[in-house]
Amino acid sequence: MGKLSNQEVLQKLTTRFGEQISIPVEPFGLLTFETGKENISEVLSFLKNDETLKFNYLTDITAVHYPEKELSIAVVYHLHSLSNNVRVRIKVFLESENPQIPTATSLWNGANWMERETYDFFGVNFIGHPDLRRILNVDDMTVFPMRKEYPLEDPNRVDKRDYFFGR
Amino acid sequence: MENHPVYIDTDPQVQTTTLNLGPTHPATHGVFQNVLEMDGERIVSGVSTIGYIHRAFEKIAEHRPFYQITPLTDRLNYCSSPINNMGWHMTVEKLLGIKTPKRVDYMRVIIMELSRISDHIICNTIIGQDTGATTPFLYLFQYREHIYEIFEEVCGARLTTNIGRIGGFERDFNDRVFAKLDKFLQTFPPALKEFESLLTRNRIFIDRTAGVACVKPEVALDYSWSGPLLRATGIDYDVRVNEPYSSYEDFEFDIPVGTNGDIYDRFNVRNEEMWQSLRIIEQAVEKMAKEEKGVFHADVPEFYLPPKEEVYNNMEALIYHFKIVMGEVDTPKTEVYHCVEGGNGELGFYLISDGGRSPYRLHFRRPSFINYQMYAPMSRGMLLSDAIINMSSLNVIAGELDA
Repeated sequence: MGKLSNQEVLQKLTTRFGEQISIPVEPFGLLTFETGKENISEVLSFLKNDETLKFNYLTDITAVHYPEKELSIAVVYHLHSLSNNVRVRIKVFLESENPQIPTATSLWNGANWMERETYDFFGVNFIGHPDLRRILNVDDMTVFPMRKEYPLEDPNRVDKRDYFFGR
Repeated sequence: MENHPVYIDTDPQVQTTTLNLGPTHPATHGVFQNVLEMDGERIVSGVSTIGYIHRAFEKIAEHRPFYQITPLTDRLNYCSSPINNMGWHMTVEKLLGIKTPKRVDYMRVIIMELSRISDHIICNTIIGQDTGATTPFLYLFQYREHIYEIFEEVCGARLTTNIGRIGGFERDFNDRVFAKLDKFLQTFPPALKEFESLLTRNRIFIDRTAGVACVKPEVALDYSWSGPLLRATGIDYDVRVNEPYSSYEDFEFDIPVGTNGDIYDRFNVRNEEMWQSLRIIEQAVEKMAKEEKGVFHADVPEFYLPPKEEVYNNMEALIYHFKIVMGEVDTPKTEVYHCVEGGNGELGFYLISDGGRSPYRLHFRRPSFINYQMYAPMSRGMLLSDAIINMSSLNVIAGELDA
């Protein structure tokens, strides 16, 4: 679909970052790779400022909680190169105790609320963010509700147990 | 930054006033709070507070089967809920590898473009309303009613539609749908023309909107704007063209762009998009007539709920009904990002599936949320009355803002 193929994007990234970039996967044609939190600022700024790649549009920042993994919080960036019409997805895995990652607000002002939302729901601490506080939840909330350990409903309810439904 | 900024300068000559605009202010059309520091009529600084109607949809979605998430998406942008519904259905179809027949794609296009028109009707008439012109609002708003009647005929609901199913529609368009659609296609263009003639060359309207809240394209990109707002600044990014979904590549339409990124341009871009949507609908009706009649869903019995009468009389249908409702159908363990062009911009669904009946994680990329964060910074130095119409022209929908 795009003018740049995923292979070309990957080629550029591996020549620049080498081992710092994990082995990529392409679910539904969207190039997805992992990197460390030490490199994320450089990777993002390389993708944004490179003359041919031009990933100048930050589509989204969010996070995922995988409680069974050792590094259990994954911060997910979706970038879009409007002129080449190609997207990438970058994942950074962080520890669940006080996860910290450099902010992307220095590259895109639009990252501000996306990072606040991620902080609000997952407790990811974006270092260098100008105004990191809760955005959708109440200010005096103490937990990070999108983490998997927080149940949706009162866990003491018995009327919704699986065995009532044959599961 | 403190949530409620308090000004402590005691000199009466330079003292500013703190003004709470919202959360429920008649001029803001939704639950938006902005704490503004005012120097007379001018805004010195502002802080947006959002989250008043946050309903934790992303958390709820992790506990619901795929087909039960559709009603949650209704309540994101409730001015064009069918786009959300179908965006979600297409995300799941992408995940499951379902290919929908062309006729279903065209049916979806008709419904989505109708909802885009109804979304833009609301936004543009409200801009008129806020600049003091009530007449255009009253003239054009009844056509939203006609669109809702079509939705009602297709799915039984008007505002929160829950329209369609994973794999297609729950029933075919009946004759009344086509009759109402025909009537709409005949009566709406003259009304839209009249609406435009009331506002686009109106001296008062131009004075109030042209050159107000100009946004440069690089700033709009920096803030990840999308949709009509981004196009008003001159960037021709439209998901329907960049990554065509639901057979949009079969249609011929133009993407209007603005030059200044001011309120007047946003208004005109939305108006022109309504004309283009009408073009698309006409083409879709034509194309639909050429497809095989009576096809309104993909042939995927594992995911598409069978009709009730079959469930009671047919063993396979009963089995599939049971499997779908109990979530016994396997889904691929992967992740997918799918986006559609919503009324306000790129509406994205980031879905991670662990093979179970409900998503492992579902994130909505909500254009209103991302577009709105520029509101407070861009209001600096603006007159309060301009800031009000600026908010209407951003077309921020509270449900989508807070999810």
